[in-house]
Amino acid sequence: MIKRVASISLPVLEKLEILKNRVESGRKEKKKRISIVTGIHGDELEGQYVCFALSEILKANPEYLDGIVDIYPAMNPLGIDSITRGIPAFDLDMNRVFPGNEDGSMTEHVAARIIDDLTGSDLCIDIHASNIFLTEIPQVRINELHARQLVPIAKNLNIDLIWVHGSSTVLESTLAYSLNSRGVNTLVVEMGVGMRITKTYCSQLVNGILSVMKEMGMWSGPTEQSRLPLITGVDEDVSFLNAPMAGIFIQTAVHGSYLKEGEEIGRIVDPLRGEVLERITAPRAGILFTIREYPVVDEGSLIARVLNCSDPEEKRYKEGEWRI
Amino acid sequence: MRTEVIYENRSLYRDDFKIMGYVFGEGEKSVCIVGNMRGNEYQQLYACSQLIQTLKRAEKEGRLAYGHQILVIPSANPYSMNVGKRFWPIDNTDINRMFPGYMEGETTQRIAGGIFEKISDYPYGIQFASNYMPGEFMPYVNIMKTDLEYVELAKKFGMPYVVRRTPRPYDTTTLNYNWQIWETRAFSLYTTTTDRINRDSARRGVEAVMMFLDAIGVVKNRKYKRYLSQIIDDREIVSVRTTEAGFFEPLVETEEEVKKGQPLARILNPLDGEELECISAPVDGIVFFRHSDPLTYGHTAVIKLIAESSV
Repeated sequence: MIKRVASISLPVLEKLEILKNRVESGRKEKKKRISIVTGIHGDELEGQYVCFALSEILKANPEYLDGIVDIYPAMNPLGIDSITRGIPAFDLDMNRVFPGNEDGSMTEHVAARIIDDLTGSDLCIDIHASNIFLTEIPQVRINELHARQLVPIAKNLNIDLIWVHGSSTVLESTLAYSLNSRGVNTLVVEMGVGMRITKTYCSQLVNGILSVMKEMGMWSGPTEQSRLPLITGVDEDVSFLNAPMAGIFIQTAVHGSYLKEGEEIGRIVDPLRGEVLERITAPRAGILFTIREYPVVDEGSLIARVLNCSDPEEKRYKEGEWRI
Repeated sequence: MRTEVIYENRSLYRDDFKIMGYVFGEGEKSVCIVGNMRGNEYQQLYACSQLIQTLKRAEKEGRLAYGHQILVIPSANPYSMNVGKRFWPIDNTDINRMFPGYMEGETTQRIAGGIFEKISDYPYGIQFASNYMPGEFMPYVNIMKTDLEYVELAKKFGMPYVVRRTPRPYDTTTLNYNWQIWETRAFSLYTTTTDRINRDSARRGVEAVMMFLDAIGVVKNRKYKRYLSQIIDDREIVSVRTTEAGFFEPLVETEEEVKKGQPLARILNPLDGEELECISAPVDGIVFFRHSDPLTYGHTAVIKLIAESSV
């Protein structure tokens, strides 16, 4: 059933509406509820396919569902329609206005409605797709403040990596922080790249969502065994590789592969002079989990992130061993 | 006066990115003034350029105090302004959301880091700042909420209002916030407009800076018209919001005194011109901000008032 979360009149003959699809089945009086959220950034589209594919499965197999699945495919509909990352006309990152304010500006009002609607979910999954500059392997990012309750849930999501990162004040205005601090467990997924759909990653996540629903007692249909993700300590073990100069980045390493120390990731070249300006190499052995997608780089542009490890298995999540 | 390069980096196809500093006087670092950080902050750059003219005259007339150095950085972002973009051309990030910066980080983190390295040890910092809301403000000085001594200092600008702002999470990465973390007395100066030049308001901004420099003993000035500043808490400012969206037809000007119940603006249906809403003043006060775009959304603070009771 399609439901309206927020509705605001735009100046000329149009309404901004945020809609969700509620799929509900089962006989339990108090049903579990999972919310799938995406499209906060209008240029991130991987979540579109996840919402579609999940919806299709649920529609075809209502007998397996025992609970409520709320699917919010477009938190920033104007952004999606205009290929704009933020909220058009405001130049504002929607993921910096939560928890919002019912009596505040238009964006704050919409944010407050969204938080209000999501409150009560047993789990929320907020799907992002990096940006147009970087490609990411499927991963969940968790603020260290909420790691204790979220890591055990994230490990069933069939993703490749759990990145536990440090907290910072500026992140307190994100949807995930606002929900987690209100007691709604919320996982942030980052995968793929902006403006594109990577079907393999999307299908992987859909399987993960069904597995998590099974863990929650909401899904009795078939699921695939979730892969055990790699996991970072709090920001430790992650190398950031930034461009030492401006140029055109040409990737040579395979995204997601294990690199030996000194192995080449790509080159920064100067097409005008036909010169290789710099070879970008792995500073330490590890897994290349982020790679530059957009070729034009300035000095400082992020080229890659590597999860440092001498053997990938040492970073594999192990039951009972992971500690914050 | 001498100039120095504050930060630079090279581009693949564009001329080098450079941030220039204009240094007045010799001696201990005393005051740093920063102009535009975003590509649409023409007014902020213009005000800074006029300040440089004024300081040059003061220098020529021997009115700069001995032993003090003033640094003016008129433009921290020539690249965005030259291509008509508000934020960084490639990745659309905001330099004023990257402080204190990080020299090993992303491009705008490095720019912020490069600037901050040069200006974090000035005891006083002034930024010609802009607001994201499209509209005109009364000129004012903005400070983060801190101790009383700071407020008294802010009054030295002689502007009509000093607004004390309670920091939000997103403020923690601005220049103003980080300056004061590093124990610089930081002030943001707002001068009516952003993407259009208002010469009168820029002149008032320049005079405000000169009055402040005089008050702390760095420059000896001619006399300027000075306001007895009123201290306002940002939460006391009364926002008057629209319910409807449409054409915005203002009925008042900034700095105008209004009475409770007085009509402030009309919202019209853009197709047939029917009045959808007439918003009126909830209190007696002064128009501190007025929306300036032809259209408005609903839930939008199109007018802000300083209530008579809070002055």
